[in-house]
Amino acid sequence: MSLHTEPVVVNIGPHHPSTHGVFRMRVTFDGENVQDVEPVIGYLHRGTEKLAEERQYSQVITLTDRLDYVASMTNNQAYVLSCEKLIDIEVPDRGKYLRTIAAELQRVASHLVGVGFFLAELGGFGGTALMYCFRERERILDMFEMLCGARITVSFMRIGGVFQDAPEEFWPALRKFLDEMPGYADELNKLIFESEIVQARTKNVSVISADQAIDASLTGPILRASGVPWDIRAAQPYDAYDQVKFDVITAQGGDNFDRFWVRMLEVEQSLKIIEQCYRDIRSGPVRSTTSLLFRPSPGEAYVPIEAPKGELGFYLVSDGSIAPYRCKIRSPSFISLTLFKEMLVGWKLADIIVSLGSLDFNMGEVDR
Amino acid sequence: MYGSGMLKAFGVTLQNFLRKPSTVQYPEERLQQHPRFRGQEFTWYEERCTGCASCAKYCPLGIIKIVTDPSGGDYQDGGSYRIDQFDIDQARCMYCGICVEACPYDALHMGTRFEAATYSREDLVITIDDLRARPKHPSAWFRPQLAKEGFDPFTEIADWREVGRETYFWHPKRPEMVPEDLAQKASSDGDYDKSQDND
Repeated sequence: MSLHTEPVVVNIGPHHPSTHGVFRMRVTFDGENVQDVEPVIGYLHRGTEKLAEERQYSQVITLTDRLDYVASMTNNQAYVLSCEKLIDIEVPDRGKYLRTIAAELQRVASHLVGVGFFLAELGGFGGTALMYCFRERERILDMFEMLCGARITVSFMRIGGVFQDAPEEFWPALRKFLDEMPGYADELNKLIFESEIVQARTKNVSVISADQAIDASLTGPILRASGVPWDIRAAQPYDAYDQVKFDVITAQGGDNFDRFWVRMLEVEQSLKIIEQCYRDIRSGPVRSTTSLLFRPSPGEAYVPIEAPKGELGFYLVSDGSIAPYRCKIRSPSFISLTLFKEMLVGWKLADIIVSLGSLDFNMGEVDR
Repeated sequence: MYGSGMLKAFGVTLQNFLRKPSTVQYPEERLQQHPRFRGQEFTWYEERCTGCASCAKYCPLGIIKIVTDPSGGDYQDGGSYRIDQFDIDQARCMYCGICVEACPYDALHMGTRFEAATYSREDLVITIDDLRARPKHPSAWFRPQLAKEGFDPFTEIADWREVGRETYFWHPKRPEMVPEDLAQKASSDGDYDKSQDND
């Protein structure tokens, strides 16, 4: 006699602590095995693209802070780079270096959050590793407060540079951070990545092959973990990235472990970039124009950047007025969710949340 | 050896257990904000404000309401309007500071406080009387002149003469503030030239 069973549909989210905001999954289970996953998004939709169309170019910077709220610096950078191409103005050297330093600090902060929440979602590390990551992130946020008076919603960059030069107390704080951060990264490696439990839970789970990743146009650490050495900082340098040397980190596995190993190694490379910028930065103006009001000639511009989560770009269309005619946001988090079903089908219930954490997406950017 | 990674991890947690805590007990202990902190208490200097409403125009959310009365001032002479209403709806404010950046006369500054919980939404709207009455603790955000002089916005109160990009306020309505050589130059040039204003 066989027991009659049938698949069960379970809703996970939108209000679930592990879903990085308000992400909802409709998962079909056969016992413990995942048969089908359907992501449901839109709970955090705020209409940023539409709001941008009725604001002046300089006012939209404040909206970009709220897209990916754990990496607002790089959102600012992507937007102002597109605006500068549209308006056709140059940024002074010091402005470029300050932007690069700020963006790399933000990458370290964002990767720390990614790693911390990944470990929280593995279970058991939520109180320890997450808090260690947040302790280091706190120092970066403190430096952002010195730079621009806010920790999360920074609005630091302006069209034509950054809003103001860094204060004097910023440079000693940055020096101290650069000296101490490698030690903390080692500590985190010792804590987590040598642990057999973490390796057993994450290695060879939810593998994304290189072909799959390219077909789905995944970018950022997820693509590089699958073995594709594509980094926009190296391939199409913007700001001061053509002045610095760094390695493009890749891993071959494409599994949950490699996606996080790539992020940890990228923190080291970011520190290397900041170190070079700290050494090379010269005094000078930080902003080429102090105007807040622009009237670009009709045209369009798109400048992609390597945000912590992947390729981020603002496609701006101008009709000659003071506000963008169209502002399309190419957000990496939204595209990271493309392969969600392929990643999870065939794996267990407990792997869903871990794979979700390994994508390190942010709902503010998915729904926009 | 299987399990050695786990032992190392326990070593790390033990080290951190013996370290000085990095948190503070908030209401009793407070962290010091940095001078550029964009706080909630807007600081406004009536003496410097001309009622041009640049702040209202540049606010991304349109939450600043300014009502001016041209008949109140001798605007023909380049003077300022009489400001009847200056409301900032803090309930919707996101503290981006663009209003402060847009102010050509350094009349509006970000504040330094961050604890502004109220019992009703109406209390969050700052009116002109609130702005006049509150102590002036301007933040150094977009005001490098306040950061340079070693001014501590969290404890010190700034006079309206100190907060401008210039040390005096070049304004024909207030001739006592103009240094003598400039006043002579202005009287010899005849009319006050508006294009020379500090914008």
